[in-house]
Amino acid sequence: MNGLRFSRKQLCIPYLLFLICFVVAPLIVIIYYAFTNGEGRFSTDNLIGFFSSPNTIGTLAYSFVLAVVTTLVSLLLAYPIAYILARSNIRHKSVILMIFVMPMWINFTLRITALKEILTLIEGNLAYYPFLNSVIGMTYDFLPFMILPIYTTIMKLDNSLLEAANDLGASNIQTFIKVTLPLSVPGIISGIVMVFLPSMTNYVVLDMLYNSTYIMGSLIGSYFAAYDWHNGSMIALILLLIILIFTLATSRYSEEDNSRGGAML
Amino acid sequence: MKRRLGYAFLVVMLIVIYLPILILAVYSFTDSANIGMIHGFSVQNYVTLFTKPELSDMIWGTVILALVSAAIATIFGTLGAIGTFYSKKATQNVVNMMNQIPVVNADVVTGFSICILLIVVCNVSKETYIPLVVGHVVLSAPFVYLAVVPKLKQMDSSLYEAALDLGASPVQALSKVVIPQIAPGIISGFALAVTLSLDDYFIASYTKPATFDTISTYVVNATKGSHTEIKTALWALSTIIFLIVIVIALAMNMAGRKKEGNE
Repeated sequence: MNGLRFSRKQLCIPYLLFLICFVVAPLIVIIYYAFTNGEGRFSTDNLIGFFSSPNTIGTLAYSFVLAVVTTLVSLLLAYPIAYILARSNIRHKSVILMIFVMPMWINFTLRITALKEILTLIEGNLAYYPFLNSVIGMTYDFLPFMILPIYTTIMKLDNSLLEAANDLGASNIQTFIKVTLPLSVPGIISGIVMVFLPSMTNYVVLDMLYNSTYIMGSLIGSYFAAYDWHNGSMIALILLLIILIFTLATSRYSEEDNSRGGAML
Repeated sequence: MKRRLGYAFLVVMLIVIYLPILILAVYSFTDSANIGMIHGFSVQNYVTLFTKPELSDMIWGTVILALVSAAIATIFGTLGAIGTFYSKKATQNVVNMMNQIPVVNADVVTGFSICILLIVVCNVSKETYIPLVVGHVVLSAPFVYLAVVPKLKQMDSSLYEAALDLGASPVQALSKVVIPQIAPGIISGFALAVTLSLDDYFIASYTKPATFDTISTYVVNATKGSHTEIKTALWALSTIIFLIVIVIALAMNMAGRKKEGNE
């Protein structure tokens, strides 16, 4: 082994090949399938089919509304939690934060099972409130992803800025609106990215809450079950485009630790 | 007063978050089939969980899949991070961009696209477990990469060259100098890879063999069925996982304290 000579740079070759084969190639295949028909000929039928069917367009609109509402509810709950915790003088803030995010280490299907039992007890029949239950389920699932980035940005705030605002005569509310809130925007954006996209696609939360409503993710699931790769690929492609637009729109706020990974460790 | 109100809000939120899990934990020790009616104390759910082969198979299957895919992801991600870090800027940009795709992508899309490529186009059988393992490595390797890169940035870059000048081979310089320096990043990357694999539903459901189940796919199927014995045994599973998470959190906390004390 000692005779083996290589340059450090070459170590990235296996990972580079892996990414090309299993990250880039699947996307190319998706694009190919989205624009071909069963006979393998070029076709825009899937695209036109998606945008001319009231069902699929309705699903897109529904999942958009669901994602917006879920994101807003998560933000309205997570911001006060993160703010109160970060600005408090509790000695071991990080421990409290850990208690808030610990549930996300429990498998999410088990957490939703627990939620389902409670909701059934309260509501009787879950099928009566499909939209409400979807919002509750997704908020319950994704809340830690909203709390963490907001907490991190508020913790990083320079205290002297807040003191300066107070010294210059701003009231606490003015300081919050003019200083704290604008400076915590990067954290809010990270949280929105991490909650919004899963809310459009995580159809298992809906399925488990006995929900018959469809979101974009459910469409992929049902085309997959019907072996309809072409229409399934078109949905995947549309979701990819939404994700791309979202990522580009928020990239100027992006920080190094805004990914799921930053959130989890 | 204001401060008290704030703390009260935190406490209420914690109760809301933990109530479902705790209620399920209480009921897992009873013989009730539904929440709301308390019957007698029973450990039958735990007995079922550990004695029913299909349940223990799916738990072990999930754990082995998580460890194997995390190990592969850690090797790919770590080597990728080291190699890319010392490459030209252009290479770095390309790898960073490709690495970001699975991170921002929806898991449904990742799972579906890997299924199309491997199973539909390349005709790889799901029964070989290859699509499933590849899927989980795609999901987690980018996070290992992201965990290792900051450690490389912190490392003194002349150490590797010094090792070579002193007569170490590249393999020795890597294993004895570079790897120990970036070990914390590798370990947290591996831990993250394990948790991502354990929590995954979507990639598994599009790529797994028909007879194999992970905890997630099993739980989702069980909620659709009406098998009471299985349903309540899963309450026991949820309680055990909750306890494991508490133990790990406590251990991490203590390790963190110790580190602070040493510094």
